[in-house]
Amino acid sequence: MRSGSGRSGDREESDGGEEGRAGTDGNGEGNRAVTDGSGGGERVATDGGVTEGRGERSRLARTFGRDFLESAPFWLPTFLLMAFFVYGTIGWNVLISLTDFSEFGSPDYSNLDFDMYVRAAGDPYVIEAAVNTFVLLVAFTLVALAIGLLVAILVDRGIRFENTFRTIYLLPMSLSFVVTAQFWLWMYDFDSGIVNATLGVVGLGPYNWIGNSSLVLWAVVFALVWQFSGYTMVVYLAALRAIPDEHFEAAKVDGASVPRMYWRVIVPQLKNATLSATVVLMVFALKAFDFLYALVGGYRPPNGADILATKMVREAYSNTNWAYGAAIAVILFAMALAVVAPYLYYQYKHDNL
Amino acid sequence: MSTETSTGRGSFLADMNGYRVALYATLGLLVAFFLAPIEAGLVTSLKTRAAVTATAPYAPPLEGFTLANYRRALDVLLVGLFNSVLYAVPATILSALLGSMTAYGLTLVDWRYQAPVLLLFVAGIFIPYQAVLVPLTQVFNILSLNQLVVWDLLGVSSDYAGIVELVIAHVAYGLPICTILFRSYYQSMSGEMLESARLDGATLRRVYRRIVLPLSTPMFAVVLIYQFTQIWNDLLFALILVSSSSSPAAPVTLKLAGLGASLEGIDFGFRMAGAFVAALPTLLVYVAFGEEFAEGVAT
Repeated sequence: MRSGSGRSGDREESDGGEEGRAGTDGNGEGNRAVTDGSGGGERVATDGGVTEGRGERSRLARTFGRDFLESAPFWLPTFLLMAFFVYGTIGWNVLISLTDFSEFGSPDYSNLDFDMYVRAAGDPYVIEAAVNTFVLLVAFTLVALAIGLLVAILVDRGIRFENTFRTIYLLPMSLSFVVTAQFWLWMYDFDSGIVNATLGVVGLGPYNWIGNSSLVLWAVVFALVWQFSGYTMVVYLAALRAIPDEHFEAAKVDGASVPRMYWRVIVPQLKNATLSATVVLMVFALKAFDFLYALVGGYRPPNGADILATKMVREAYSNTNWAYGAAIAVILFAMALAVVAPYLYYQYKHDNL
Repeated sequence: MSTETSTGRGSFLADMNGYRVALYATLGLLVAFFLAPIEAGLVTSLKTRAAVTATAPYAPPLEGFTLANYRRALDVLLVGLFNSVLYAVPATILSALLGSMTAYGLTLVDWRYQAPVLLLFVAGIFIPYQAVLVPLTQVFNILSLNQLVVWDLLGVSSDYAGIVELVIAHVAYGLPICTILFRSYYQSMSGEMLESARLDGATLRRVYRRIVLPLSTPMFAVVLIYQFTQIWNDLLFALILVSSSSSPAAPVTLKLAGLGASLEGIDFGFRMAGAFVAALPTLLVYVAFGEEFAEGVAT
């Protein structure tokens, strides 16, 4: 991609000679491109050989680069489709959240205000759901990262049957939230679930994991960790494999203990993997709606584990409070954005998209 | 490569036997942790209702063994399985194909301002779907696909419009991830061959059809598997667009989520059998293509 803009930059430079406007137009881009772009020379020559493009075509080409028009059929339709369904609907959702749209009919856009947000701010259930969302995000992400890292390090220790272990650890991730919710409902069953049976052996419990509103959130976090720590393991394992053996060898020569070697030498090099895994895990957590819906068997509020995602869907689709649901969705979206935007900005700045 | 790496790190501990034992013991415990819910589900699905309460949850179904749970689950879920196939297969293929084309147009082709466009695609991966649901409902209300004559002509319930809506939704919202997966693959592709083909006067379309597409086969495997799993496993869109588990077009996840709601007390044997029936397609895919699946989630 970078070399691509480089070539268009070269071209622009030669165009810019005759026409100053184009030069100032894409100033920053052009400069960066020229320093990057080397060996694009022949490209310009062959392109210059094509004489038909002088009018509309060449003006677009000058602004957007050589292959813009010809490549548009490849990406433009999908881009428009995605732009409408993702960004168009997000904007539309914000608009709906400013109306009083509820029940049947269609939203009235002539009378916009922030009533729904005021209502959300004063709704203890929304606040509880927001807190739960936050707790779920942080606790689930941290534990899944820690377990995933630990498992990845263990799997990376040159073990036999590595593939088998890896396959088993990642298996839960191939299952749907609906399926895993069934499994964990059974695991957490008060009378005959495995969790209470295991705890009984060490003289703890039994606890009512799903029914007790102060325990259920942690039960959900634990189940989600079970489902997704395999994912973290795979990400960390790939990152560990990318670390040259010399780093391990060097630590060995220095006589560092194994835990010390990992803590000092290896783990700091996993920063990028941690970053991307964190973002993806948080997105999974925001999608935990499916799990909670299946856990309680429908639109009923998961008492004590209600998150913004479940609250939103219930308000909109069970109570038909469309505008209120949209407002809760905006709050959820803002939370997601707070996590993802810095990450995207960082990746964009480092040409890492 | 991996064996080399392994011995490099393994030799670090080669002389510490106690360490080795502890390592395998820990790995074994982890196996138990990751398999316990699945094992408990499997044995329970094969027990009669009486045996479920009478025996330990992890004990094999030696007493009260039955296949009746599976027969019942299949009865209820078969239609759902069929409906899921009906939208998951086209949506998977379509989103992978479009993702590959988009990634080609954004990675291997020269034009400026690709980066901001890409940024929008990448950001699209992280959207919580709740933020688009209400407008999405509005869009499909306006389109009113269920009022098309086609359903009458086909002689099927207009509820099947939900299947078409699911295809549209899954393709539209799957595009970002498909594009990015293909992009990461195309970035590592050698530009020289494409360059020389272009110098020989090949059009972009020709380069894509003749060179890029054939070379994309391994990535298609990854993306198809990843997308199929995601689409098959989704509940949210199914719930919003088909809305009722009693609809003739209800996907299997919706059917399974509704399985417990109508029952008095929880019939765990029945539920677990249902869970396995619903999970079977992705489990099979996972067992057959574990490597590709892992590659898909890691990228």
